[in-house]
Amino acid sequence: MGKPSDLVQGTLDLLILKTISLEPKHGWAIAKRIQQISNEVLQVQQGSLYPALHRLEQQGWIKAKWSETETGRAAKFYSLTTAGRGQLEREMESWSRLSGAINLVVEEA
Amino acid sequence: MRWFEQFRVSLRMLFRRKAETALLNDELEFHLEQEMKENLAHGMQPGEARAAAIRSFGNPAALRDQARSTWRWNRLERLLRDLRYGVRTLLRSPGFTIISILVLALGIGATTSLFTIVRAVLLKPLPFADPGKLVMVYEHFRQSTTGDGFNSVSSGDFVDWRRQTHGFEDMAAWRNYGFDFTGEHAELPEVVQAAGGSFNLFSLLGVQPALGRTFSVDEDQPEASHVVMLSWSFFQRRFAGDPSILGKQIHLDATPYTIIGVLPNWFTYPDAKIQLWVPYAQTFSPDDYAAVHDRHQSKVIARLKSGVSAVTAIKEVSALQYRLHLAHASAPVAEDAIYRPMIDDVVRDVKTPLVVLMCAVGCMLLIACLNVSNLLVARSASRRKEVAIRGALGGSRLALIREQMTESMLICLAGGGLGLLLSMMTTRWLAGHWRGLPRAESIHLDGEVLFFSIGLIFVTTLLAGLLPAISSTGRDVLSALQESSRSIGGSASRALLRKTMLAVEIALTVILLVSAGLLFKSFIHLRTADLGCTTENVLTVKYGLPEKQYDTREKVLAFHESLLDRVRRIPGVHAAALVSIPPGGGSAGDSVFTIPERPSPSFSIQDDAATHIVDPAYFSVMQIPLIRGRVFTDHERLTNDHFVVISRKFANQFFSGDDPVGRHVRVAWNVKKEDYEIIGVVGDTLYDVAKPVKATMYFPIFSGIPAQTGSATLVVRSTTDPLVLSVPIQQQVASLDPALPVYDVLTMQQILGQTTASQSFSATLVLAFAGLSLLLAGVGLYGVLSYLVTQRVAEIGIRIALGAQRTEVLRLVLLDGLRPVILGLLIGSAGGATAGALIRSILYGTSPFDPVVMAGMVGCLLLTAVVACAVPALRASRIEPMQALRTE
Repeated sequence: MGKPSDLVQGTLDLLILKTISLEPKHGWAIAKRIQQISNEVLQVQQGSLYPALHRLEQQGWIKAKWSETETGRAAKFYSLTTAGRGQLEREMESWSRLSGAINLVVEEA
Repeated sequence: MRWFEQFRVSLRMLFRRKAETALLNDELEFHLEQEMKENLAHGMQPGEARAAAIRSFGNPAALRDQARSTWRWNRLERLLRDLRYGVRTLLRSPGFTIISILVLALGIGATTSLFTIVRAVLLKPLPFADPGKLVMVYEHFRQSTTGDGFNSVSSGDFVDWRRQTHGFEDMAAWRNYGFDFTGEHAELPEVVQAAGGSFNLFSLLGVQPALGRTFSVDEDQPEASHVVMLSWSFFQRRFAGDPSILGKQIHLDATPYTIIGVLPNWFTYPDAKIQLWVPYAQTFSPDDYAAVHDRHQSKVIARLKSGVSAVTAIKEVSALQYRLHLAHASAPVAEDAIYRPMIDDVVRDVKTPLVVLMCAVGCMLLIACLNVSNLLVARSASRRKEVAIRGALGGSRLALIREQMTESMLICLAGGGLGLLLSMMTTRWLAGHWRGLPRAESIHLDGEVLFFSIGLIFVTTLLAGLLPAISSTGRDVLSALQESSRSIGGSASRALLRKTMLAVEIALTVILLVSAGLLFKSFIHLRTADLGCTTENVLTVKYGLPEKQYDTREKVLAFHESLLDRVRRIPGVHAAALVSIPPGGGSAGDSVFTIPERPSPSFSIQDDAATHIVDPAYFSVMQIPLIRGRVFTDHERLTNDHFVVISRKFANQFFSGDDPVGRHVRVAWNVKKEDYEIIGVVGDTLYDVAKPVKATMYFPIFSGIPAQTGSATLVVRSTTDPLVLSVPIQQQVASLDPALPVYDVLTMQQILGQTTASQSFSATLVLAFAGLSLLLAGVGLYGVLSYLVTQRVAEIGIRIALGAQRTEVLRLVLLDGLRPVILGLLIGSAGGATAGALIRSILYGTSPFDPVVMAGMVGCLLLTAVVACAVPALRASRIEPMQALRTE
């Protein structure tokens, strides 16, 4: 089994913000979702996920709320704040610029 | 609204940190549960599912710490943790903690107190308008060898200076003056200290009266209408602060004076004892005021003109003074004028003692720091293994240093807080008990002092903590680990550090001890100084007859004689006499004279001698020996008064071996120069125990000359405690003249105590500081040596097992401890001699290199050191080899 690709530096924040932009999710669901959507390519380690979530919360981009899951277990659900929504747009924009630029270079060469 | 969100989160992180941590745990736990559920869904067995989940999850503790590390307030949390850790380690050894805190509290408290005083007295500007521009102008005699060369100014010189020079913006003068105060009605009479101030004195200083006005130009004339200004304290004390007294009259020396103003409460220049101010010129007779150039009694304050330096301004005054000197060649008129800043003038007597005390407490604080530092090194040495292991496991050196610094900071904070409390209590006491401390009323603890002591705490923390912290978290982790597993001989480098600190501590202590010893010896010298007369059971009572009432020789004589007569009949009075000022009571004033039988000296150096007035019984009452000739009898009275008795010093100085009896002294005693026949020579007395003997002339008080003999001191010798006589004596004075107050009712012992009080004060303080330092040094020495012995237990055990004699072991340890002591002693002795030379100016009759003091203090320290070393050395010599080798 091949080692999952390391996340490109600094993109974890973008992935988290994007993942919870539709509905609030708890940490485990965020990791699973990223893994699923990326066809198991992107594996988010807990060691990166939770520090990132807490950092984003401290910065005021996301907010947390404790509510029950469908199984009745209390879990911490993260959702975007208004400021976080703006931040997501900025990060997406800068990401598409960056990936576009990388694509250009890779395809030309 | 992002900042609001951030703010909310940071508040939560600050106040609900514990709950947040629980939530974080729960969050991670939830993650684990989900993982397990998934594994179960994939068909694993429950146990297997859990193991797999944990495996993929990693170390939950590390994960939690990583998540937490993104939280706010981490720094604070770390600090709190360090603090908690520090408090816990300190509480584990309460003895060490309490001693260190007390030691530092003493050091910081004493330093803060002294700083408070030094700042208020020496550093704060004077409370006057633009005080930096105020200077005091003095006369200066070129040939003068005694004193500091700053000579008080005569009224004539001042008047001429003010009129004829223009280098200063303005000049004002004042002089002390005493009055008998009586109210308009039959109020209690009182002798008040007053001063004469020129009309511009208050405006020059920038002082506004609290009530009324200051003197006008017209009032500052010898024969102008009498006006007076009251000090605030006198206004409150005698008139209960009633503003309606403005414009009313009081009687001073039986003359009515109109009250025109009251000075503000804060105005206490030149000191708080001055109760009244009258115009300067009115304290002189019309003939004297502008014309007298040879009676030096006034102080002159000048304000610098902007753009004109003091040096330029004084040159002009000095040039004028030289012309005055030439114009009055036969009289003592100085050649030059000199100046010094007013602040220096105010504090000149206390500057050196204050600086010495400040240095002493500084030394003590340094010793305290070194001691705590030393104790910390000992503690950190016992925790060396722990520190080394933590270092090996990746604990950053900075974190380790920070942890240790927290400990010393806690000690210093506690010590500093306690010291500050101590200082609040003692500063007032110190200021109150320091006789003659100028500006004492402005001494108080304020923000600046607080700032100073906080800085002090910071510095002590660094001093006491940094050295041990750095040394104990050294680079060589490996060697520390190896060494701590089984050490024989202990760490040489650490011992060297501690021994160096010890040597410094000892050196500082020696310096303090030597200075204290010198000060104390000179104080003892003062206390035991032979005044030249009896001081046992003698009471002195002063009174001054107002010239207005007692205006003839007969009236003055009648009062003196009947008072003596009445006092001698009081039961318990052994003998009574009259003198102008008793021995030890200060200077009585000098007169210049010539001796007609001898060639007169050159015009610029005038012979002068102290002048006293006495009655015939004085010498026998005070037991001053008669050396040649005779003393006065009742026949030298009224105009038959051209006789003088001289002191031994006078005879030796001006007659060098010849018999002075029958010779004459030409002196302007009563207005003009006349010849007085020397009838006898008596023993010397001191006018001030701290000053050398002065040649003295005694004139008969029974001449009754109102201006010269009106004020007198009654000296009464009794068989028992003389103070019980004070009331009967005052009753006798009141029965002769009910309006006549007496003052300065003191025994000779009290007079002596007053003059030596400030010396005794500073000597006692420095001695106390030195004693404390000695104790600290002893404790430090003992601590270091005990530690070294504990470290060498195994080594000593082997030595003894191999046949070393116990006395040899004793000698080994003793020498080991005494080596830094000897080094410190050598450095300290040199330092002590230097310190002695620096404080030479406040030593009396004691050489700064006094061998007795030096030997005594060094011996004292050596004894302490030997005792401190002997205990651990004895312990070392009693080590049982088998036990020593078994214990690690």
